[in-house]
Amino acid sequence: MPIQYYIFLSLALFSIGVMGTMMRRNAIIIFMCIELMLNAVNLLMVAFSNYWENSNAQIFVFFIMVVAAAEVAVGLAIITLVYRKVNSVDINILNRLKN
Amino acid sequence: MNLHQLVFWILSVIAIGGALGVILSRNPVASVLFLIVTFFAVSGHYILLNAQFLAIVNIIVYAGAIMVLFLYVIMLMNLNGDVEPQKSKLLQFAGIISGGILFLVLLAAFKTTQLSTTPINASTSIGLISELGQVLFTRFVFPFEISSILFLSAMVGAVVIGKKD
Repeated sequence: MPIQYYIFLSLALFSIGVMGTMMRRNAIIIFMCIELMLNAVNLLMVAFSNYWENSNAQIFVFFIMVVAAAEVAVGLAIITLVYRKVNSVDINILNRLKN
Repeated sequence: MNLHQLVFWILSVIAIGGALGVILSRNPVASVLFLIVTFFAVSGHYILLNAQFLAIVNIIVYAGAIMVLFLYVIMLMNLNGDVEPQKSKLLQFAGIISGGILFLVLLAAFKTTQLSTTPINASTSIGLISELGQVLFTRFVFPFEISSILFLSAMVGAVVIGKKD
């Protein structure tokens, strides 16, 4: 397949992730949309790695997965902590952090 | 249309449909399951792109570990579609419009990129684990060791944040 198709596919996935972060109020869903955006970038990187026949980009994708796993572990711990304090995962509730 | 293109289109439709399901379904558990479908479709794309190792790692790490973590958290909080907070229709509409505009701008920017449109070479072995391991443990050995420290700190951080006080 031409590389343009992969570019357009990952653009669509990334834009859907951006839309999700702006549309939803559930903190967990917003987290999942961020994962979706990361995966769109990974797909583009793998496509270009194959295009240039260079494996460095695949190593980058590997490290992105590593960072995403660490980020999810800490982020879900924070969401669980917030849920225990205010009994909700609604991001509008988190306005209380201001005071 | 040969088999490769057919598989590409099917996987693309599954991936985008799953992504739309993530942001449109009211029930968070359904969102997680749609996201797993999307990850499987992306793994199929990796196999089409000769990145076999990444395809397996994507399934094991994302669909296997991270999504199970999400499901456990949703199960612990007992979330379902009835208690799901919803933004107002106006804000949802604004989100869709701005996301669509972002998509159009990116599409217009990338449409004019000058790359040769030769088909992607389908006979390379750069995605195999021997090749990737060679690169990972020679050129990228220092970031590899740093990522172990990152994992250690993430683990300690998650335990410290998550423990009862």
